[in-house]
Parts: sequence; C-alpha cells; structure tokens
Amino acid sequence: MRGFIIKEFYHIFRDVRTMIILFGMPVVQVLLFGFALTNEIKDANIAVLDHSKDIVTTEIISKIVASDYFKLTENLENEAQIEAEFRKGKIKQVIVFEDNFAQKLEKDRNASIHIIGDASDPNTASILANYTAAIIKDYQAGILITQAPFPMMITPEPAMLFNQELKGVFMFVPGIITILLMLVCAMMTSISIAREKELGTMEVLLVSPLKPVQIIVGKVTPYIVLSVINAFSILLLGYFVFGVPIRGSIGLLLFETILFIVMALSMGILISTIARNQQIALMISLAGLMLPTILLSGFIFPVENMPIVLQWLSNIMPSKWFIIIIRSIMLKGSEIIYIWKETMILLLMISIFISLSIRNFKVRLE
Amino acid sequence: MRTIAFIIRKEFIQLFRNKVMVRIIFVLPIIQLLVLANTATFEIKLIKLHIVDLDRSKTSRDLTGHFEGSPFYRIVEYSNSQALAEDDIMKGRVHQFISIPAGFEKDLNSTGQVKVRIATNAIDGAAAALMSAYTISIIQDFNVNLMVESTGISKQEPIRATWSFWYNPELNYANYMVPGILVLLVTIIGMFLSGMNLVKEKEIGTIEQINVTPIRKYQFIIGKLLPYWLVALFELAFGLLLAKLVFNIPILGSIWLIFLFAAVYLLVTLGLGLLVSTKTNTQQQAMFLSWFFLVIFILMSGLFTAVDSMPQWAKIINVANPIAYFVEVIRMIMLKGSGFMDVSRHFFILLMYAALALTVATWQYRKTT
Repeated sequence: MRGFIIKEFYHIFRDVRTMIILFGMPVVQVLLFGFALTNEIKDANIAVLDHSKDIVTTEIISKIVASDYFKLTENLENEAQIEAEFRKGKIKQVIVFEDNFAQKLEKDRNASIHIIGDASDPNTASILANYTAAIIKDYQAGILITQAPFPMMITPEPAMLFNQELKGVFMFVPGIITILLMLVCAMMTSISIAREKELGTMEVLLVSPLKPVQIIVGKVTPYIVLSVINAFSILLLGYFVFGVPIRGSIGLLLFETILFIVMALSMGILISTIARNQQIALMISLAGLMLPTILLSGFIFPVENMPIVLQWLSNIMPSKWFIIIIRSIMLKGSEIIYIWKETMILLLMISIFISLSIRNFKVRLE
Repeated sequence: MRTIAFIIRKEFIQLFRNKVMVRIIFVLPIIQLLVLANTATFEIKLIKLHIVDLDRSKTSRDLTGHFEGSPFYRIVEYSNSQALAEDDIMKGRVHQFISIPAGFEKDLNSTGQVKVRIATNAIDGAAAALMSAYTISIIQDFNVNLMVESTGISKQEPIRATWSFWYNPELNYANYMVPGILVLLVTIIGMFLSGMNLVKEKEIGTIEQINVTPIRKYQFIIGKLLPYWLVALFELAFGLLLAKLVFNIPILGSIWLIFLFAAVYLLVTLGLGLLVSTKTNTQQQAMFLSWFFLVIFILMSGLFTAVDSMPQWAKIINVANPIAYFVEVIRMIMLKGSGFMDVSRHFFILLMYAALALTVATWQYRKTT
C-alpha cells in the first residue's frame, strides 16, 4: 500500500512540466484574475451629441464625466454618426441633448435627454444607462432643493458590509480556489485512472494483491496533498497581495476545504469508472465539471438571477455550495452554525459519489 | 496529395469509430448553448430586503410602502431589531437592510434632516453597488414626494431622461452570450481535440509507426489538422443553426464573413494545439497545458466580463489573445451587422497569428525523437 502511494507520487513529481503548471497555475491565475477580472464598470467610452451646447448641458456632461464610470471620447455632430461609431465598436453609449436645452428647462421646465446604449452587450448597456439616469436624477434633486422653501431630506447612508471598497477580488478568490480544486482533484484523478486503463497497466494493478479500495486511495493521496498546498497558496496570495481577509476560523476553513477535496476526488473516481480512455474522461470533465463550475456556481454570475430551471440545476453543483461556504468563512467570518446546511449537502454528495463509484468499479476489464 | 487524403481518411475513421466522441460532438454544443446562454447575466431582478423600523410612524410606513410597491424588492422581514437584520445578512437570507432610526418622523418634521442607514452585503461588489444605487434612488423619489407634499412645488421632473437600447432593445442576454459561446465551442474542438489526438499517438507509441513511413512532416500535419478544422467548422454551422432556431438570435451581418473568420481563427487554435502537442509527451500533460492557457484566454477574452473594464496591462495581454478577437468580431457581425471593413484589422491580426502559430508549431514538430 505504501509502496503504491509512493509510486503515484513519483508519477506526478518526476514530471517537471506538470509540476510547474500545478504550482504555477494557481499563482498566475490569482494574479491575473485578481487584477484583470472585474464585473464593475470603469471608464466606459461614451460619446455626446449635444445639440444645445449651453451652460446646463456642459454642467451635466461634466458631472457625468467626473464619475469613474465614464470616459468621454467623442463629441458627435449629427445623428448619422451614432450608427457608424457603434459599428466600429469603440463606444458604449451616446447621450443626446435636445437643442435649446437650458432655455427649455428654464421656461417650460421640460427638457429632454436621450440615452442610447449599445445593447449588443446588454449587461454593460443597462448598467451604464442606470448610472447615467442616476447622475441626471441627482442633478435634478439639486435643482429642486434650491427651489423648496423648507427642504425636507432623508439622507441615505450606504454601508458596504464585508467588502467596503467593493473589490472584485473578494468575490473571485473563493471562486478560483474552487475551480482549481475541481481541476486538480476531479479532472486529474479521472484522467490518471483512465490512463492506466488505456495503457493497459490497470490490469497489472488489478491482478496485484492490492484491493480496489487500496488502488483508489493510493491514486488519490498525492492529489489530496497537492490540492491542499494549492488551496493554501491561493489563500496566502489573496491575503498578502489583494488583502482578501480570512475572518473566520482557519481550522473550519481547512476542514471544509478537505471536505470539498474529498468530494471532488470521489467525483473524479466516478468519472473514471465511466470513461474508457483519457479523451472521454477529459471531455466529461470539461463539459460536466469546468463549465458548470464556472457558470452555475455563482463564481462570476449570481445564481439567483438565472432562470428557475438553472437555479434548480445549480443546486446539484457541489461547487455552488462550496463557494457559499468558503465566502461565508473568509469574508463574513461565519461559524459552523451558519453553514451547517451546506456542509451536510457536501457530505451527502460525497456519499452518493462514492457509493456510485463502488457500484461501477469493475475488478475485471472487458 | 494522395498521402494526405489517406491520413485524413484514417483520422475520420478513428474519430467516428469512437461513439462517445461522436455523441460529444453533437451534444456539447446543445448543452453549452442551453446552459451558458441563460446563465451569464449580471442583471439584478430582485433585492431581498430587511427593514428595521424603530420608529413605526406614518412616514416610516410610507417609506416602507415605497419599497413594497417596487417590483425590484421583496421585503423578507419587517422588524425592529438591528441584530436580527445582521443575522439575516450573515445567513444570506437578505441582500440588504435598511434601518429607520427611532424619532425618524419627529426629526424630519422638526429639523428637516434625518439619516437612514442602508447596509448591503458587498461580497459581490458590483451587485452591491447597483443595489445600493437602486435603494438610494427610491429614497430620493420619496424625498421629492415629501417636498411636493410639504411645499406644493410642481411634482413634474424638469429633465426628462429617456433611453433606447440599440441592437438588442429587449436587453436579451442570450443575444450577447450565444455568439461568444460559439467561439468557445470551436476553440475547444480546435485546441483540445487536435492537440490531444496527436499526443495520444505519441503516448501509445503509434507515432513511431508513422515516423518510419515516407510520410512528410507537412503531409502528416495537414492530415492531422484538417479533419478537426472541418469538424470545428461543422460545429460552428450546427451551433449557428441552433442559435437561430432555438434562441432566434439575429444574424445581421454576412454569414460567410463569420465562416471566413472562423476558418482563419481555427488555424490559430489548431496551430496552438499542435504546438502544445509537440511540447508534451502524455495526454495528461497536453490537457493540462491547454487548459491552463485556455482558461486564461477565455476569462480574459471579454466573453464573460467586459474587456473595457480591465486595466491597461490586461488589455495589452489581450493583444495576444486570439479568443478576444474572435469573440469581439462575431458579436459585431451577428448583432450589429458590421461589415468586413469594420473588422478588417482583427482579420489581418488573426491571419498573421495563424501563420505564426502554424510555422512555429511545424518547426517545433520533430519526426525523430
């Protein structure tokens, strides 16, 4: 048994390239995505078509530009230019002021602004439109207040809990840990077992005095070690480079991480019992694990905004539960009482995967 | 020519003999399109709210009523305990709580000034910013109402802001995602399958048999890559058909332009796949290496999050990211009807990239070990 585990370690560690990737990947990914991946909108290029060019429109434009969201790159002259600019794909939004804006505002108390968004990217378009509308509303409230004899005002005091500066990394670090654990554990185990089948060395293992359980434990042990190292190097990077805090107990975090690793490994074993060769194992892992992990887990896109069928589907994604757990522990500092339900779900999944793989595991090859 | 034809025939036989692979080729696009197209949205449809009302006055109830009236909000709890609200945030039952202080109505009537705290769970920073902005704007509306009631100035808002969304007036997220997913689809086929296929021959040793034949290097490479080039183009056609039939995604631009781009783009991915396969000995390594680059390329390509919001250095990295070009172009062609002139820069860059990738890969490929 010990000899077998040592053999597996040799298999992984003698291959320098894989080792570099295994340890280099988390570092590169956390750095890249921590800095680059963001769902906040900053400096969106916009254009203005100002038919009026008076003091009020200039004021509104400068108010819009003063916010971090927009960067004014173009002053258009006529309507026809809008289409051309959008087609070139450089500009996200055009703000059109009607002519004699200030005059109409003064005299008729009725002036209009038209916001045209390039909705080929609907996310950005609607967010930008919302921001613009909010800025205009703010400007209006300013006008109203000066007119009211006795201003009555409720001042909202927004507080951002757990992530005061609204950093995107806070959201992504837990997700990256989840993805990497999924990759290292589930994909690598499934492929490494499928490889033994494909090369025919599985037969050698099966006729050896090792029991199937021992073979599997031997196969997965090196990956457990690797995964734990990886998970913690990401946590350290997140902490030291991006200031992502770990507010909860480290012991609890470690326990939940190992739980998820065991889950991913049992999933990998299950895939390998189904797949006959490495290519199939890869395709199942890719289509079945990677995409759902990225998309249905709440890593980038909040699950609660998805269609109901997909929300339901997301419930069978282990990564969704793990991301909830790990975010709660790291960012909210939750104790086990807040996440026992999610933990139980992971335990349940482990037992399902393991019993399914035992049922599927064939001692004989066909 | 005949030699190449034989290799291609061999590849096709091997590919179609593998029933699971055939199934994957057909099922993968369906699953991807159905799932991915519906998941990628940042839109906030519902804000779950906890209102802590320590005042219980008419004004505080009016304010609450404003939130009840909005379809964006669901008031999960209406209590008079700050601790309960904080607990709800911890449990994830609510996104946000508003606390209305005691003496709210009295202070408002006497001094005209009162503060209301809005606390938002900001783990998802971007969503929190939006939720906070929605709530503030509802309070602003309420302020305007208050002023109108107390002073009788005209309620009409002097500036009327209207908006229209071009190219996708209903803000249908599938329109945005589906073209990007098609890129993902051909990329996976192009990069993974071709690369792994070559390494497989290395791993099980059959490459030796090919190496000792008089087949020339270029013949072998063309014979290996062409089948996957065709399969990927077929996938694209299949995906486009699904996009049209199931999602009714508009294809405003020329469909031939899309295929022209795809043909060149695939040369890039096939070249990169080949390069990976020359650098690795086992399928596991090849997969790992491709996965590593693919995830970086995909996540940085603007498929899910806008490239415009990325820092400058990330945009510079994207210059070398083939996926970023194709994602941008296919969206422009399908949704905006951009013509060749609008995307010619992308085209020539991809063309150069393809030449480079294929040259380097061919040069790195060795018949002898």
